[in-house]
Amino acid sequence: MKTTETSPAPAAEPLPHEVKAGRSGAGPGEGGWRGRGRVLNAFSHGVLVLWAFMVVMPLLWAVMTSFKDDDAIFSSPWSLPDRLHFENWSRAWSQAHMSDYFLNTVLVVAGSLAGTLLLGSMAAYVLARFDFPGNRFLYFLFIGGMSFPIMLALVPLFFVLNNIQLLNTLHGLILVYIAYSLPFTVFFLTAFFRTLPTSVAEAALIDGASHTRTFFQVMLPMAKPGLISVGIFNFLGQWNQYMLPTVLNTEPEHKVLSQGLVQLAVSQGYKGDWSGLFAGLVMAMLPVLAAYAVFQRQVVAGLTAGALK
Amino acid sequence: MQHGKYRFIAGFLAAPLALYALFVVWPFVQSIYYSFTDWTGLSPDFSLVGLDNYARLWDDDVFWASLRHSLLFALLLPVLTIGLALFFAFMINVGGRPRRGAAVSGVRGSSFYKIAYFFPQVLSIAIVALLFQFAYNPESGAINSGLRAVGLGGVQPLWLGDPDLALWCVMAVLVWSTVGFFVVLFSAGMASIPRDFYEAALLDGAGRITTFFRITLPLLRDTIQSGWVYMGILALGAESFAVVQIMTTGPGGPDYSTTVLVLYVYQSAFRDGAAAYATTIGVALLVVTLAFAAAVMRLGRRERLEY
Repeated sequence: MKTTETSPAPAAEPLPHEVKAGRSGAGPGEGGWRGRGRVLNAFSHGVLVLWAFMVVMPLLWAVMTSFKDDDAIFSSPWSLPDRLHFENWSRAWSQAHMSDYFLNTVLVVAGSLAGTLLLGSMAAYVLARFDFPGNRFLYFLFIGGMSFPIMLALVPLFFVLNNIQLLNTLHGLILVYIAYSLPFTVFFLTAFFRTLPTSVAEAALIDGASHTRTFFQVMLPMAKPGLISVGIFNFLGQWNQYMLPTVLNTEPEHKVLSQGLVQLAVSQGYKGDWSGLFAGLVMAMLPVLAAYAVFQRQVVAGLTAGALK
Repeated sequence: MQHGKYRFIAGFLAAPLALYALFVVWPFVQSIYYSFTDWTGLSPDFSLVGLDNYARLWDDDVFWASLRHSLLFALLLPVLTIGLALFFAFMINVGGRPRRGAAVSGVRGSSFYKIAYFFPQVLSIAIVALLFQFAYNPESGAINSGLRAVGLGGVQPLWLGDPDLALWCVMAVLVWSTVGFFVVLFSAGMASIPRDFYEAALLDGAGRITTFFRITLPLLRDTIQSGWVYMGILALGAESFAVVQIMTTGPGGPDYSTTVLVLYVYQSAFRDGAAAYATTIGVALLVVTLAFAAAVMRLGRRERLEY
């Protein structure tokens, strides 16, 4: 996670508004506060570097700690490890069940992400493109779910799931993830489908395609950028989900990553295996951070898209 | 064109709507009903008890402590997070060295800052909470041993173990993990403001700080408002549940100093076997959440600026 290495490259790239800078002569009034600008510049760099340090430091510290032995973690938390204790990682992976937690998370997120995108785009398409009685009501019913405290519903939901034999199962968790991802997905995709031109879909219908075929073969491919954004949003939300599995999925073998780590923190506390816990934490952190580093632009677009609408 | 339209609509809506109704809408309706019963969750039998649960709520000190902390979260966290994020976004986008002809300029390395600040946002809040729980450890945690290393061995707070400090420690973690998201959000908003506005302000002799308060801030109003609601809902709901439940002793301690409504709902239902009472606390949380969202939307209501 060598974040500092990325700094020269983006900095060299001109920012959109810097490009305009070389256009005309000196701007009016510029000379007057050039000195003040320098002070502001130095100050802003200082503050920005400090916060960057505060954000990156704990993460680097966790990586470093995961390579130390337990004695060193407690006696000198800030010193470098004496050697790289890779055994922490293998211990966490196999004995502490990190591999199981990973597998469960991958299964649940794969199922729920696919389901969310499919069901969400179907509902959003109908709500965005068809006029029928109750359209507005259903739309607000869906998006209303965004502002309600989920915990309130989880109390009865626990017993509903228990009655239909879905409590503590992975497929039950998948269905719950889909249901609770629908409000934002429908909200986002409805807005997106509204922006797409109607003429293409009309042409397809005139050519004899059914509504269903038009949706899957014409509209979905056109909605790809929206699906990617909302897909990234849901992927991170579901991968990192903590509250839903904590309440609805308490079976030890079915635990997902975030729960598994908390479980690990509790049990390793008794065993005193803190190095194993840190290895587990870093193991869970790295794939997401690596994916973010690679798909940085898309992730940021996906996560901020909803709020900018 | 109309052929089979309603069949198609019904077919497409059936699955998402059924799932949503069964797993989201129906439990909400049920929980409001349950708040008027004496249901324990342990046995299927219960009877209506009217407003007994609400009367019990009124006399419950833990409930009032939770409510106080939740309100503090909802009021303070958005202010802190959004304030800090606006400050950083301003620094990144406007704090740069003055360049010829440019009204405002970003600092060097602005994309690096945006990437780095965003890191906590992609991590699970559970991981963040565990990391900081360890950092706050009074004896061997990174913070206290760091203080010792720089010669402040006398200053060794108990952090999460101190009833006066614990709540602030929890809040700091939430601020740490969400600021980056808003920095990126506001930066994107600032980038979409036309340059001409800044140039016009400059022609009129406005300084950069005036420009920020008179141009940037008003034009970012909608983004700030939706960010405010979003942050408040997180601070009342899932995020605060995770950090308090994972980091604090009890959880919610020491001495109920960090308990929040969402945690108290969880504990009543799944630890104390008082499901009906839990839904009553949940209804209080619902009222607080909706009141918060309504207040922010109302305060920010204004004609939309088109540019």
